[in-house]
Amino acid sequence: MLDFYRRLYRAIRPSSGDDEAARTDGGVVSDGSAADPVEPDRDATARLKSALDRRFGSDFMESSIFWLPPFLLMGLFVYGAVIWNLLISLTDYQRFENAPDYSNLDFEMYTRALADSGFIDAAVNTLILLILFTAGTLAVGLLLAILIDRGIRFENSFRTIYLLPMSLSFVVTAQFWLWIYNYNNGIANSVIGTFGLGPVSWLGNQDIVLYAVIFALMWQFSGYAMVVYLAGLRAIPREHYEAAKVDGASTLKMYWRVIIPQLKGATISAAVVLMVFGMKAFDFLYSLAGGYRPPNGADILATKMVREAYANLNWAYGSAIAIVLFAMALGVIGPYLVYEYRRDNL
Amino acid sequence: MSDGEIRTDGGTTSTTARLRRNLDQLTVEDVGLYVVLAFAAAFYLVPIESGLVTSFKTGIAIVETAPFAPPGPSGLTLEKWQTAIDALLRGMGNSLLYAVPATVISAFVGSITAYGLTIPTWKKSYKAVVLMLIIAGIFIPYQAVLVPLTQFWSQWAQLDQVLSFVWALGIDNDYVGIIELVITHVAYGIPICTLLFRTYYKTMSEEMIESARLDGATLRRVYRRIVLPLSGPMFAVVLIYQFTQIWNDLLFTLVIVSTESSPAAPVVLILAGLGSSLEGQDFALRMAGAFFAALPTLAVYIFFGEEFAEGVAA
Repeated sequence: MLDFYRRLYRAIRPSSGDDEAARTDGGVVSDGSAADPVEPDRDATARLKSALDRRFGSDFMESSIFWLPPFLLMGLFVYGAVIWNLLISLTDYQRFENAPDYSNLDFEMYTRALADSGFIDAAVNTLILLILFTAGTLAVGLLLAILIDRGIRFENSFRTIYLLPMSLSFVVTAQFWLWIYNYNNGIANSVIGTFGLGPVSWLGNQDIVLYAVIFALMWQFSGYAMVVYLAGLRAIPREHYEAAKVDGASTLKMYWRVIIPQLKGATISAAVVLMVFGMKAFDFLYSLAGGYRPPNGADILATKMVREAYANLNWAYGSAIAIVLFAMALGVIGPYLVYEYRRDNL
Repeated sequence: MSDGEIRTDGGTTSTTARLRRNLDQLTVEDVGLYVVLAFAAAFYLVPIESGLVTSFKTGIAIVETAPFAPPGPSGLTLEKWQTAIDALLRGMGNSLLYAVPATVISAFVGSITAYGLTIPTWKKSYKAVVLMLIIAGIFIPYQAVLVPLTQFWSQWAQLDQVLSFVWALGIDNDYVGIIELVITHVAYGIPICTLLFRTYYKTMSEEMIESARLDGATLRRVYRRIVLPLSGPMFAVVLIYQFTQIWNDLLFTLVIVSTESSPAAPVVLILAGLGSSLEGQDFALRMAGAFFAALPTLAVYIFFGEEFAEGVAA
């Protein structure tokens, strides 16, 4: 591959300043073997090059050395792997078989998933988590951004504090929340205890645990939503605030009618990123439980997939769950990318 | 430098605030604002603070004092930190072993990819397709590639055997996992690094690059002489971001290295199982371990917090 590039490079720019460098390192690899055969090749590659350039634009061939190899590596690991994963999900690959048997493909794993109540629960939990976590985090982030944007002192300190949890990993924050939600002497129970409530078994009660996890994730990422909204607020011209003030709108009305509608772009981009974080909540749940099985009632597709594949060794079944998760992600990202493309933001 | 920037836009914001303050000299609203902000700050800090104080408590102090109160002199102990450091130190070394190379390589690769997709002129619609595929790569849930990834490293790319001369030197062959982690993290880091650099390169002065091109400079020369030297600030952002991401990632380490008893186990893997045993959970040990494992990312965040915030916003 690289050799192809070097040859092509030499063929295209025989007299450029950088050619020296290209020839020296290219020479080590290919001089002996490729010196002669290059001659007839040159015409063909040059013709190919001009044809490609005519089709794709003047710098296409020359720039491809920069982006094509990384693009191919990424494509192989991302899209190649997803396609491979789809194939595996159609096999019956499990246990200690060395490789999947591709000769016999069917949708058995998907019908099995639909009949598995654990899968349905996990899918429902994933949706609840994504929707509540995203909406809650955006709301808290917006509120904080508006408060911080009101010309306060120590703005930088407040911003840093709010963003601090995001710098910590799920593995670390899971330890903190395990301690907070601890039944006997956790903070959560002592806080609601002052209101005469509780104690509640936050992680043991399967009706509550999912919401406790969502709350912890909101704590971690609302700082991120705040930063995105803050950038959006700063981009709104001052006149809009002043015009609303002159019209006699109350502060609440001004934000609701004038400012928030202008934050659509910030909301969309923050929401997409947050949903992706939500789908990656695997790390948090794994560390919370210290193993593949999250607390009862908090199983999501991300944890179920890894558990099926790596703990139960149901590789094909795990792959099928992964494809469902992938489809959910695609449902979020696809429209977002089209939206960005239409706005010429790509 | 960045401090000055913040102050200027902070200044424009406060004009409305000042206007309002002049209108109604009342500061009740302001007081309320600061109270709310302080409460929010407490909300974000308390989990971290209570973790920190707990990590210094003895078993008795944990039961007797409030979770967020500091331990008394009799309840203070460094023993948990000692244990945590003993358990995690080798994991720290392993994590650095793959996090640093993977961070540097993916930042550099992201920079050249973004350059090739931003500065040179070729058809916009084709560029958009490539970009879409790359950007979509940021949002892929990694679960969708895990089984193939395991297959690839364990059955197809037998790095283990290729590197047999390294194991002959007395290095444990579990360390093949470290190399696999570097390649994996670089491959999956390309999308986000490319996007970050692209947003930066899009704002770069076109005249300078165009005149260099007209003078006959190759794309390679333009990158080396003009674009790369100007990329410094963005490199800071990408390096910080990638380092925290790679350091904190659990999923890939779990499937590639898999056991915490492996000599090549990264710190996150050891931490996930630390302090839980059949007798119950040793919270103080868990907290001490959590802080110790977070030290490198916390240090990066505290020293480069400003750049981090800007990078996140971009």
